[in-house]
Amino acid sequence: MSLEPKAAPQVARPTRRTLLAGAGLFTLGFHIPFPARAATLGAAPTTPEVNAWVVVKPDETVVIRIARSEMGQGTLTGLAQLVAEELDCDWARVTTEYPSPGQNLARKRVWGDYSTGGSRGVRDSHEYVRKGGAAARFMLVAAAAKGWGVPPAECRVERGVITHGPSGRSTTYGAVAAEAAKIEPPKDVTLKDPKDWTIAGKPLKRLDTLPKLDGSQVYGIDLKLPGLLNAAIRDCPVTGGSVKSFEAAAVSGMPGVKRVIQVGDSAVAVVADTFWRAKTALDALPIVWDEGPNAKVSSETIAAVLREGLDAKEAFVGNKAGDVAGALKGAAKVVEAVYGVPFQNHATMEPMNATALWTPERCEVWTPTQNGEAALAATADAAGLPATSCEVYKIHLGGGFGRRGATHDWVRQAVLIAKEMPGTPVKLLWTREEDMTHGRYHPVTQCRMRAALDQDGNLTGLHMRISGQSILAAIAPQRMVEGRDPVTFQGLNPGGPEAAIGYTIPNILIDHAMRNPHILPGFWRGVNLNPNAIYLECFMDELAHATGQDPLAFRLKLMDNHPKHRAVLQAVADKIGWKTKPPEGVYRGICQTMGFGSYVAGAAEVSVSDQGELKIHRIVAATDPGHAVNPQQIEAQVAGSFVYGLSAALYGACTVKDGRIEQTNFDSYPVMKMDAMPAVEAILMPSGGFWGGVGEPTIAVAAPAVLNAIFAATGKRVRQLPLKDTDLRRA
Amino acid sequence: MARLNVNGVVREVDAEPDTPLLWVIREQIGLTGTKYGCGIAQCGACTVHLDGAAVRSCSMPLSAVEPGQKIVTIEGLAPDARHPVQQAWAELDVPQCGFCQPGMIMASAALLAQTARPSEDQIRQEITNICRCGTYNRVLAGIKLAAERGQAG
Repeated sequence: MSLEPKAAPQVARPTRRTLLAGAGLFTLGFHIPFPARAATLGAAPTTPEVNAWVVVKPDETVVIRIARSEMGQGTLTGLAQLVAEELDCDWARVTTEYPSPGQNLARKRVWGDYSTGGSRGVRDSHEYVRKGGAAARFMLVAAAAKGWGVPPAECRVERGVITHGPSGRSTTYGAVAAEAAKIEPPKDVTLKDPKDWTIAGKPLKRLDTLPKLDGSQVYGIDLKLPGLLNAAIRDCPVTGGSVKSFEAAAVSGMPGVKRVIQVGDSAVAVVADTFWRAKTALDALPIVWDEGPNAKVSSETIAAVLREGLDAKEAFVGNKAGDVAGALKGAAKVVEAVYGVPFQNHATMEPMNATALWTPERCEVWTPTQNGEAALAATADAAGLPATSCEVYKIHLGGGFGRRGATHDWVRQAVLIAKEMPGTPVKLLWTREEDMTHGRYHPVTQCRMRAALDQDGNLTGLHMRISGQSILAAIAPQRMVEGRDPVTFQGLNPGGPEAAIGYTIPNILIDHAMRNPHILPGFWRGVNLNPNAIYLECFMDELAHATGQDPLAFRLKLMDNHPKHRAVLQAVADKIGWKTKPPEGVYRGICQTMGFGSYVAGAAEVSVSDQGELKIHRIVAATDPGHAVNPQQIEAQVAGSFVYGLSAALYGACTVKDGRIEQTNFDSYPVMKMDAMPAVEAILMPSGGFWGGVGEPTIAVAAPAVLNAIFAATGKRVRQLPLKDTDLRRA
Repeated sequence: MARLNVNGVVREVDAEPDTPLLWVIREQIGLTGTKYGCGIAQCGACTVHLDGAAVRSCSMPLSAVEPGQKIVTIEGLAPDARHPVQQAWAELDVPQCGFCQPGMIMASAALLAQTARPSEDQIRQEITNICRCGTYNRVLAGIKLAAERGQAG
């Protein structure tokens, strides 16, 4: 028996000497776990980088550096395609590696932003990563030309082979890489026209699949280090509460237990040789909590506060034109409805975890993170050390969905624990129960929709009042604009390239009464586009029915000034056969929105049995992301987005009682499984000229498409989610 | 000390008898391909084969494993990951984050061992593992592909 078995991938611990000696990336004597095809940072001391993005080894392996995090969404492959496209290398030789956040800091952010959220991985960095590839190509060609004494313009490149046309001589990237590193980088480079792409834009397979098939992929939870101890933690069940006391002596004699440690004001951890022993002792540990000021809060009290916000005089304005009050007063018909969504947990398959090693001089953290730089900042802060004395090694994520991007609360905990045990690496792993009850939840909101219609059924005015939680107020107040949270209005903005409303309504007011319960919110895949699309697109459906109009035709009348919104909506309508009669007993719903820079639309076919059982037969989803870097990965993202969106719409709700989240595991927070998974037909229609994201936008059309189809099937309008709380039997 | 036959190798493990098999596999034996996802047999990330049948190892105490029973983990499913399910997964690029996939693959392999050509309904009912990335449609296609291959081979 051994606690440090050698059977599985290892992550070597950097020695203090090698770290201090490390003048550059390749002198560091460690490696980070990465897919088996990936290179290791310490493995190529004799191969200098061509530039920050590209290393070509003598064996022609091309190592492309990726700053953003791979969490399943395929950004690793997509970004590598963009670099490889400009580099003109052999795709079959491409591997990837993560440069560490500490190296980025030391090199003045040469790799730019590490943040991997908001579907920004590709769209925010495509230009500079492509330029990185193009610059490396320039330098490799220049090195070959210099060696031959010929003008670079006489050389061409194909799959990493450089040929001098007039003489017919040829060499390879691997052969000239060392010389290329000495070439002055070009001041500017010209990027290819996307229509000439041969690697980017193609449905290539992922670079990271194989290690995920045999158990060799290392996730944060799998990390091994010599002398590693394991920690389990329990934070106060009520946010805002604290630890009053605990009886360490009650468990200190249990098998494997090393330490019982208070972590900050509100948590207690047990450190043991194995996680299971740490968890077992923690379960037995008597802890007395001071539950603080929120111990009486419930879902009902939160809902009452939000309801008050629906009528509040004060509200932040997100979109305003014309005179809504006047339009409502003079309307032939006014339609009103109140919608609401509950808290949602991200429920990543891999619970939060981090491994930390602290000494008075240095702190290192190994963790799955969507933002290595933010993880480094959290590490330094908790360690009480300057960031230059800290390092974060990004480990592959077992899901992110926004949970692993902004707050890094688990990293802080791990560092605080390690700080109590200088020189000993400690891996903190949350149980599913800890993860489920200490999330950063999709914010809770309600929305009152009020529409003015004229005698011909035209929409002349719309007041949309959102009441509820602000994400930015809780986790990024510096991004607020004069007290307003602009993220609240995703998909509802009057214009702009990110998340604009797709309808022209002469009198419109969209405003937000901010009401912030104590349950902490976070960015949850799709963020506020999800509820906003439900509110607006289900209500548009209501308006169409209230005026006896076809839901598609009703929308199209308002979309003349929004051709891209209109195009995706029309595309799903055509594909699902909106003009044709659906099969017997099957009903359709349709919707559209824009977010994360992309235009999306969804259509659903559902049936509801006499017993009220819902079956989703078919989903059609269209995306116009401007440019499409890997159609196969986009298709996977779209299909997956419906699982995420429909899991929330159908089953997901984190409710509050006595100040705490009631759901503790997948038995009380059910998610979609294969039995309920519909067929998803993805339409990809990149129209060029802009770069939109693809990881999130289609989540937002999942729920409204299905809810509108449910109305068509049952005559029941589901306005409070999740759907499981509604009896769908026909009245 | 308990003796466990894991992937054809008999190992002695030093763990309390109520330790879930999952944690014995991960922490005592050191095979980390088998994942912890929920601890209550809901998600299936911990699925291994016990005498060929899929079991959720997070909810099986070490003491419940009988002497002589053969445990197979994702690492031992097939040499060079050449099980038809693994090959189908590679061909269809099934995984996204991949965390649930060892369990998905083990559950799928056990299903095919029991039922060589399962119907789509059977697959949907039998494979109850959770994937939060939402790979279900590719998992479904992967099982069908592996079944076809298995039949042909």
